[in-house]
Amino acid sequence: MGQTVINDQIMVHVTINGESRHALVEPRTLLAYFIRDTLGLTGTHVGCDTTSCGVCTVLLDGMPVKSCTVLAVQADGHDIETVEGLEQNGQLHPLQQAFWDNHGLQCGFCTPGMLMTTTALLRNSENITEHEVRRAISGNLCRCTGYVNIVKAVLEAKRRMGEEASTS
Amino acid sequence: MDVTETQPLGKAIKRKEDPRFIRGQGRYLDDIVLPHMLYMALVRSPYAHARIKSIRTEAAYTVKGVKAVLTGEDLAAMNLAWMPTLAGDQQMVLATGKVLFQYQEVAAVVAETREAAEDGVSRVEVEYEPLTPVIDPYFALTAEAPILREDRAQKNNHIFHWEVGDKEGTDAALAASPVVVKEQIRMPRVHPAPLEPCGCIADYQKSTGKLTWYVTSQAPHAHRTVLAMVSGLPEHMIHVVSPDIGGGFGNKVPVYPGYVCAVVMSIKLGQPIKWIETRTENLATTNFARDYHMTAEIGATEDGHVTALKVTTLADHGAFDAAADPSKFPAGLFSIVTGSYRFPVAFAEVDGVYTNKAPGGVAYRCSFRVTEASFLIERVMNTLAYRLNLDPVELRRRNFIAPEEFPYQSPLGWTYDSGNYAKTLDTALAIVDYPKLRREQQKRREQGELVGIGISTFTEIVGAGPSHTFDILGIKMFDSCEIRIHPTGKVIARLGVRHQGQGHETTFAQLIAQELGLSAADVLIEEGDTDTAPYGLGTYASRSTPTAGGAAALAARRVRKKAQQIAAHLLEVSQEDVQWDGTRFFAKGLSSRSVTMADVALAAYTNLPEGMEPGLEATYYYDPPNLTFPNGAYIAVVTIDRGTGQVHVERFVAVDDCGTVINPMVIEGQIHGGLTEGFGIAFMQEIAFDSDGNNLAPNFMDYLVPTAVETPHWETGRTVTPSPHHPIGAKGVGESPNVGSPAAFVNAVIDALAPYGVTNLEIPLFPWKIWDVLKHHGLTLS
Repeated sequence: MGQTVINDQIMVHVTINGESRHALVEPRTLLAYFIRDTLGLTGTHVGCDTTSCGVCTVLLDGMPVKSCTVLAVQADGHDIETVEGLEQNGQLHPLQQAFWDNHGLQCGFCTPGMLMTTTALLRNSENITEHEVRRAISGNLCRCTGYVNIVKAVLEAKRRMGEEASTS
Repeated sequence: MDVTETQPLGKAIKRKEDPRFIRGQGRYLDDIVLPHMLYMALVRSPYAHARIKSIRTEAAYTVKGVKAVLTGEDLAAMNLAWMPTLAGDQQMVLATGKVLFQYQEVAAVVAETREAAEDGVSRVEVEYEPLTPVIDPYFALTAEAPILREDRAQKNNHIFHWEVGDKEGTDAALAASPVVVKEQIRMPRVHPAPLEPCGCIADYQKSTGKLTWYVTSQAPHAHRTVLAMVSGLPEHMIHVVSPDIGGGFGNKVPVYPGYVCAVVMSIKLGQPIKWIETRTENLATTNFARDYHMTAEIGATEDGHVTALKVTTLADHGAFDAAADPSKFPAGLFSIVTGSYRFPVAFAEVDGVYTNKAPGGVAYRCSFRVTEASFLIERVMNTLAYRLNLDPVELRRRNFIAPEEFPYQSPLGWTYDSGNYAKTLDTALAIVDYPKLRREQQKRREQGELVGIGISTFTEIVGAGPSHTFDILGIKMFDSCEIRIHPTGKVIARLGVRHQGQGHETTFAQLIAQELGLSAADVLIEEGDTDTAPYGLGTYASRSTPTAGGAAALAARRVRKKAQQIAAHLLEVSQEDVQWDGTRFFAKGLSSRSVTMADVALAAYTNLPEGMEPGLEATYYYDPPNLTFPNGAYIAVVTIDRGTGQVHVERFVAVDDCGTVINPMVIEGQIHGGLTEGFGIAFMQEIAFDSDGNNLAPNFMDYLVPTAVETPHWETGRTVTPSPHHPIGAKGVGESPNVGSPAAFVNAVIDALAPYGVTNLEIPLFPWKIWDVLKHHGLTLS
């Protein structure tokens, strides 16, 4: 795709939560700040400066990535999903519902990243064990929950989605 | 369970906060964007101790978008180069003369974007002349140590000496004791590391003279008052808003230099200034925790009855004493150090020292140094058990304060409210099946496995506090609640505390709904806006339920008292003939004639008894008569990998007693989180320094937060021993798991190694450290 450059800024086109958006950004702008500051979707958070905490996790073409470690220009032409896109037609995603039901969040700061990582996990696995959930979210730090209820929520969401799939 | 449940107290009601957080619609500080807002970033010192020879700021202005640069000299001209701390010391806002710790604030740059502000920071040139740093707190008190604080009249690095108890009596009792054990116990410097770092937006409006200050604050009212005192702005013209906070853990109690710089810049430029620190800045410069170097001596009879406890402590407070303590308690509530046991006599002393490190000390679920106190007593009780060849459970049982001894007067001055320690311990022992566990341990040991069982039976002290003893900068440590019922029976209630994820919007709604006979869905809870919420001291030290919870119940009862008068009017009976059954008022002996709180609320605006003031609302500022003393019994079971030194936590059982339960689901979540912190402290976390004063763990690559993989599965249980003085019998609980768990982990690891003569280990128990111990004792796999 040909690039538009104005005043050292580059035009970036993305599809975010199904919506087409574009904006001029500096090449060094991190995807996390592009999503938060430019596109105004502040569910994606920033919690560290070493790619450790995962509170900035979004899905880039379906893959969980830490958006603090992707440049906005690298996302040009790609598909992004953030926590704001999980709810469909006023219906919470089963994971959102399960986090609520199982007290899988407290301060809520890690929650969007956790939800995005586990969304990808549930999409890409038939059956999951507690161990697999723990491994899958090991790039997402949480300071409040001790993870127990997060793991419970993910397993319950998987169960419910399986039940829904088998009844429909 | 749904929020529409009536009689909601004690039920696992789902949180009212969650719908916004699971949708990404929380409103945290960095989500807030104001018109014409500028960004601020800080220039920081690369040295731990150095004289500032010059600061050149011109080049910063060549960066496109940079608007202003502020230095310590600029602040000095405004008399703002230093600010007061909660500990009664002063702290540099921007350094003048010299820097006293690595990453200290030296200058502030304001620009149109975050990136431009950072670019501006990189262009500020500071020339330093390095000085000898003081890193070891023991060295700090020697004659060779350079004097760090040239601003003080006192020419040494000693901050304070504090002591409590009967020194002579304790020495005499120890001398007369048949058994005395002595142990060095260190709690190294760690950091609460909330996932959301600290920050603020200062928005000063020249035309009105009003400052709106959005800030990650656990104590917004206190911050308003402090800011008024420091800045000279009148307090009614300062509007502090503490928005959704991404975790606090004590990190967001102090006022930080960045906050003051943002306020100064906003006043100067007439534009909103946003300052958000990075993770590195958070770990390296904000409120650290612990750093207590303790020596304990415990006396006992041969049959295992404790006779005396003596504790000597060196406390490393960093370059400025900014420990967030009540004014009269420079070592916090460390004097709870006699724990759950009946000590006839005790003595504790603490000396605070300056070093070239960031300030802090009181943070990370410590309840004002109770973590240190509990760790100490639970560790030395273990050592004593080995010395006496007694099971640590049996030693504890012989020394527990008995249920009938409460209220119990401790030798270091506290009156414990209530407890049934043996019952709490028995509950934990039953969950793990302790006798079976010990038998299995024996069997596994014979097969060469290193298996340990660790016990911690702690007593917390939370809910500061009674006004005769507790104040923050002179302000008594009450808290408050204001309840207003609308004509249609719906409620808005505001409190002087400020949650950071602990669930107040749900739990206080439950408490108030219970008192008013409504459902939690009918009660909206708000905190954190100082223009609207009643004045309170904030949320830390597990004080919300003890203080604001008490205020909420008593404010609701005030409402109910007026409601009863209106009910009498509606029921056409005398007030004495009106009864309340928890959901409605009814005429005595005529239960078919009743009115609900909603009926009464409407009447309060439409159909009042003659002469009565319209409306239905009440406020209560609650000065608690005592603190609350929750307790717990924790049991850890660990194995040690003889190949790597890695400790594996096989089981961890936590039984907590926090009196009356408001929401068991929320309590369990608090316990899970606190135990995970305790696990990190025991095994993974330390903010260490090299001899030049370089911070060795200023990011999440080196300061390790447990992930889901390392974190053990937590098992929880509960006993209920209500606080007799609290309006609903509830005690605080948020910090108990961090206070109680580190000793259980360490005691378990030591128990695994005790057959080989190990009785003390220093945390954190990194695998390499354990491996060294294994190697020393010939226990590594060959």
